[in-house]
Amino acid sequence: MPSQKKFYGHRLDTPLMLGTALYPSPAVLAEAFTRSRASVATLSLRRENSTAGTGEDFYKLIRSLKVKLLPNTAGCYSVKEAVTTAHMARELFGTNWIKLEVIGQSDRLHPDLFALVEAAKILCEDGFAVFPYCTEDLSIAERLCAVGCQVLMPWAAPIGSGLGLCNRQGLRALRGEFAEIPLVIDAGLGRPSQAAAAMELGYDAVLLNSAVARAGDPARMAEAFAQAVQAGQQAAAADPMEPRDLAQPSTPVLGKAFLS
Amino acid sequence: MMIHHNGYETTVTHSQLDEVLDELGYCAGRVATAVNECFVPQSERPTKRLCPGDRLEVLAPMSGG
Repeated sequence: MPSQKKFYGHRLDTPLMLGTALYPSPAVLAEAFTRSRASVATLSLRRENSTAGTGEDFYKLIRSLKVKLLPNTAGCYSVKEAVTTAHMARELFGTNWIKLEVIGQSDRLHPDLFALVEAAKILCEDGFAVFPYCTEDLSIAERLCAVGCQVLMPWAAPIGSGLGLCNRQGLRALRGEFAEIPLVIDAGLGRPSQAAAAMELGYDAVLLNSAVARAGDPARMAEAFAQAVQAGQQAAAADPMEPRDLAQPSTPVLGKAFLS
Repeated sequence: MMIHHNGYETTVTHSQLDEVLDELGYCAGRVATAVNECFVPQSERPTKRLCPGDRLEVLAPMSGG
């Protein structure tokens, strides 16, 4: 089911964004993308050995997947580094979409939220469509929107951890406060059930990499995530019942026989 | 002259960035460039002159999450 909201004017065919790293082989990567039905691929840029040509080969493979490209600024620890990387990515990949990462703490790859806002402001003013890797912090979300971000990408948990939705209430609050903004759960998902839960919260998409690439059977896991996000999306659209503390019989009490 | 190419000391004979890239073997490859931590667009490579000790970064597409 296509996304209800538009991401910088673009409606996603499916609410799944998939990373391109850590796969055991290019063939497995390609099969995982096919079975995931992902509509967006994230990728990066790194130093190129002039004689290897691996960058060109990788780029041809990614273009063959027929998905929207979302380059990242992974590994950047300063505003200047992230902004320069974004400019290089825009030229290299021919897109103004950028997944903006400015890391502040290396063990947990926690975003530097102050630097993130500063970098986002510079890039938005320069015509980029910024997808900021952030947390569920409401004040930062407000500032990111104020400087021009039209999409927010809060983490569920630290990148690559597979811990799932560590702060479900915080993510729910973010969804509630920013009802009109496309929200993507970026990072920390490990299981399809967690992706379904994110979609049930009303999130518009999820972004995965390690959960698929590090599975024993990446292609099969990719398909499992595809089904999970679809189930979660349908559930959110179906207006789930509110949980309650006490039991409420589903079988009618009226008409019950007195047999005791 | 000596420059730093992707972190390594490298001797090049040309100074014009597009010619330096050819000399280093990139030719028509899909790369993005930065000199001394500043982005240099492809359109400016013919007019960008490197100086001894400059730090040249040449980046290419890579997998990422």
